[in-house]
Amino acid sequence: MDSTIARAWEVLEQLTDPEIPVITLRELGILRDVRAGKDGLEVVITPTYSGCPAMGQIEDDVRATLVEAGIEASVITQLAPAWTTDWMTDEGKEKLRAYGIAPPQCGSAGSGGDTKVISFVPRKPEVVPCPQCGSRNTTLISQFGSTACKAQYRCLDCLEPFDYFKPY
Amino acid sequence: MSKAPNDYLLHLADNAVVLGQRLAEWCGHGPILEEDLALANVSLDLIGQARLLYQLTASRMGGRASEDRLAYFRDDSEFLNYTLLELPNHGPLVGYAAAEMDYATTIVRNFLYSALMVLLWDELQQSADADLAAIAAKSLKEARYHLHHSADWLIKFGDGTEESHVRAQAALDHLWRYTEEFWTPSSTEEAAIANGSGVDVRSLRQAWDALVADALATATLKRPEARGYIPEGKHGRHSEHLSYLLGEMQSLARAHPDGNW
Repeated sequence: MDSTIARAWEVLEQLTDPEIPVITLRELGILRDVRAGKDGLEVVITPTYSGCPAMGQIEDDVRATLVEAGIEASVITQLAPAWTTDWMTDEGKEKLRAYGIAPPQCGSAGSGGDTKVISFVPRKPEVVPCPQCGSRNTTLISQFGSTACKAQYRCLDCLEPFDYFKPY
Repeated sequence: MSKAPNDYLLHLADNAVVLGQRLAEWCGHGPILEEDLALANVSLDLIGQARLLYQLTASRMGGRASEDRLAYFRDDSEFLNYTLLELPNHGPLVGYAAAEMDYATTIVRNFLYSALMVLLWDELQQSADADLAAIAAKSLKEARYHLHHSADWLIKFGDGTEESHVRAQAALDHLWRYTEEFWTPSSTEEAAIANGSGVDVRSLRQAWDALVADALATATLKRPEARGYIPEGKHGRHSEHLSYLLGEMQSLARAHPDGNW
């Protein structure tokens, strides 16, 4: 069983996010576990944003990859504990940056000090370094972007717009 | 583990799907590109939350129940959402040719609702129903972004130009009465409170009031007076607007029952 688990991790390692093809499902924290269950091997994944349309694709990709490798396993979608960008690995964050997407800066949206008290003025703006030139002189365009997980920023030095993978 | 009553889950799910559907009407019609994307994203989050809740409810109902049957094959009187969420996007400007879609109405509604949901999802993380608690933990993270987005625009409108201030205040005056429904628990909510799966909304009122007062003060908007009218959407007694909304949302699925594409 142990060798099958190791092999499952190995073949699943090639799977990347359908929208961001440079980061693997493991690095994103979506692929949670490969374990021996009561009825054989279990692969545990967890959804990101509730409405993320990529989740169906991700589950299909996991199943297809296991079948192709001749590994019999059931795929379990687990909601708790809820996915957080805190689970993203450092190498994953570096890959995002190199791809032009600024990785999440601070702790998850659920772990900050502002969980109970929400004050509207003035909020300290998050400093998000530009993934192109590294400048910290950037500004928020919109909290929502091309996919559920991203915000839109603009660099005030190199003047390029960029995506920010926002904390969740 | 205590399970939440199915109608309690449906109330939460119907809230999310009905507002998600209303926000989807802005797709391709946003006032600026960034807002078009933002509302589509908020809509997607809400529909995602509704799916998780419908899937959970369907799995507990058993038989032929499925998320699609719950969303597409129940009639208007079976929907348990707040009346606030089904109201059209034109708000108080109905009748003006140029005002079929009023952004102030959309923003004020999103603000009033997400201010409640940030508090409600936070408490529901401790629900005795572990499946509901798991959905609450995810939804809370999304609701926080929805609240910040709508509060930012509320403040820009209220503290903006004369025109934007007037329209934001008009939308607030129009929608405010519908928030009365939040604070009177239904028998389903009472049952959920009793078995520890639900939250007593009355316990959230003070925090909601403070949150709303903070944003309204910054936006230089005036808090309207309550008028004693309590809508009954969560009891299944709706405005006529829900029927039209569901007509559009459900017609395709009903024309092709059990279709797959």
